[in-house]
Amino acid sequence: MTVGLPHFLTIGAALFALGIFAMMTRRNAVALLMGVELILNGANVNFVAFARYVDGGVDGHLMAAFVIVLAAAEAAVGLAIVLAMFRNFGTVHVDTVNRLKR
Amino acid sequence: MAADLVFYGFALLTVLAGCFVVFSRNVVHAGFALMFTLLGVAGLYAMLGADFLAVTQTVVYIGGILILVLFAVMMTRVPSQNAPRRGLDRMVPAGIFAVAIFALLYKVATGTSWPTATPGEALPTAKLIGVKLMTDAIFPFEFASLVLLVAMIGAAILIRERKVLPAEAPAEEAATEAPADEPEVTA
Amino acid sequence: MESITGLLTKIFGDGMSPMALLISGGLTMALIMSLVMAMCAIVFTWMERKVAGFLQSRYGPMRVGGFHGVLQPVADMLKILGKEDIIPDEADKALFMLSPFVIFIGSLMAWAAIPFAPGFIASNLDLGLFYIFAVSSAAPAGILMAGWASNNKWALYGAARGAAQMVSYEIPLALAAIPVVMATGSLNMNAIVDAQGGGVLNWYIVHDPFLFLAFCLYFIASIAEVNRGPFDMPETESELVAGYHTEYTGMRFAFFFLAEYANLFLVSCIATAVFLGGWHPIAGPVFLPGLVFLIKAVILVFLQMLVRWTLPRLRVDQLMHTCWKVMVPLTLLCVLGSGIWMMVSGELL
Repeated sequence: MTVGLPHFLTIGAALFALGIFAMMTRRNAVALLMGVELILNGANVNFVAFARYVDGGVDGHLMAAFVIVLAAAEAAVGLAIVLAMFRNFGTVHVDTVNRLKR
Repeated sequence: MAADLVFYGFALLTVLAGCFVVFSRNVVHAGFALMFTLLGVAGLYAMLGADFLAVTQTVVYIGGILILVLFAVMMTRVPSQNAPRRGLDRMVPAGIFAVAIFALLYKVATGTSWPTATPGEALPTAKLIGVKLMTDAIFPFEFASLVLLVAMIGAAILIRERKVLPAEAPAEEAATEAPADEPEVTA
Repeated sequence: MESITGLLTKIFGDGMSPMALLISGGLTMALIMSLVMAMCAIVFTWMERKVAGFLQSRYGPMRVGGFHGVLQPVADMLKILGKEDIIPDEADKALFMLSPFVIFIGSLMAWAAIPFAPGFIASNLDLGLFYIFAVSSAAPAGILMAGWASNNKWALYGAARGAAQMVSYEIPLALAAIPVVMATGSLNMNAIVDAQGGGVLNWYIVHDPFLFLAFCLYFIASIAEVNRGPFDMPETESELVAGYHTEYTGMRFAFFFLAEYANLFLVSCIATAVFLGGWHPIAGPVFLPGLVFLIKAVILVFLQMLVRWTLPRLRVDQLMHTCWKVMVPLTLLCVLGSGIWMMVSGELL
């Protein structure tokens, strides 16, 4: 079977499922963020694959580009929060950080 | 045929590295595995004729986000190198859920008859994307830059060292490193 | 690539399938680029020592190879190859072994889009310039990998400084090239060089005053990008021994070394192609294009060496201050000013 749309969608689905799994099991906040990146990448692969095989234009590329931009913003703010958390609590494990104030 | 082999190469790289990101107990290793996942995804973009997106992925993800993630991992390291083993009480439901999602998506992906047109020769996309960004998508484009600005300022404020009066400054806070030169705004 | 595939067709006849031609052409090109990288290290280490000697009123290497120590790099190479390959006990072994290759391959990939002469470009990408900046942005990850895996404080400090510095200086580096892209209307390296044909007055460095400023900013940022003095914070020998490659020996160290000198030449080649007219001579028709290109690039390398051995090192905070508060605003000014200049002079539609 020659490589087509379903193959790329499967890769997207695999990345998405891996990301979900990481977000459900990881306790380290940075590793959680890595899970988010996996999910976003899975979605992006789908966007680009549909743009190539169904739409034929660049709208999907545009959407993926915006996702990348938002991922960058999310990573900057998220990691700043993680560092602030580490400074205040001395840990980055999300279940030990369960108070609003130190 | 050769294109198929290239696809399977990138797919294998992406998914194997992705598994490493998820299952590795050493967070630093997970971070570096993320690099290979992102590289594999960039390769998939290139195969899909999205040259601009493949290069953007490399610049923003590998050159920016990944470095941020690695810095964060290294700065927040606690003496015990590896994370505690994750309990089965989390692994089992999460595994079932993730497998279920994958099965569902796989079924949809392979079972649906997508209205596929045979794609033509992959053309350079940079110009098309540029024109689109300046015409149809001008509002999301400007909005994205606003979001980036807000994120930049927000990150800078969050990361700033609070001025604590010497009397109430706790000892361990003085000991934490000041990430003053963190390249927060690279993205 | 075209010239290589043409040559291969001449040698092997027309019987080759397009795929075989593509693969063999690509492999040939990769081999040539690896050789270029190795030659960079050999030629520039000798040149670096001679320049340093000249600026410090001494000779530099004189003994090996008769004339002015020309075989000194070969002797150095043999010495490096003969060293024991040490992996520290406490090192993170997998990452320790992987990182030299990540850095080396990142550097090698960037050479694919450098146009040395008409037709002599490994891959004539539509997004050539953007591609080069993209693959060279993978280097900080390799450096962090090396510093972390060494499990050594000096290495980690060097890596953290190096990654922060390279990530920061990538921005003025890329922004300084934007006015050229605006003037050409393309990111393709061949198109950029072609647009500068016909004498020195068509080179982008003298296109308008903002582009001259952009070239100066590019030059400064490129020195910082390749971690050389006065911006050699990652390997300040007086503070950090050798920075992120403190723990590396033998062949693994050689990969760092190769990548370092290859990057030095790479940024000079980009500057040559983007600002200094590429293979076009100062006046007259195109003549020995590859040689012209190399001469220009080597002159830029020489300038970088002069700067390295003349100026004292900056502090880390001064380095970041220079990047974010001086160079980024100035490069943005260049983009704006150059755009206005082109609009007023009627070049932009």
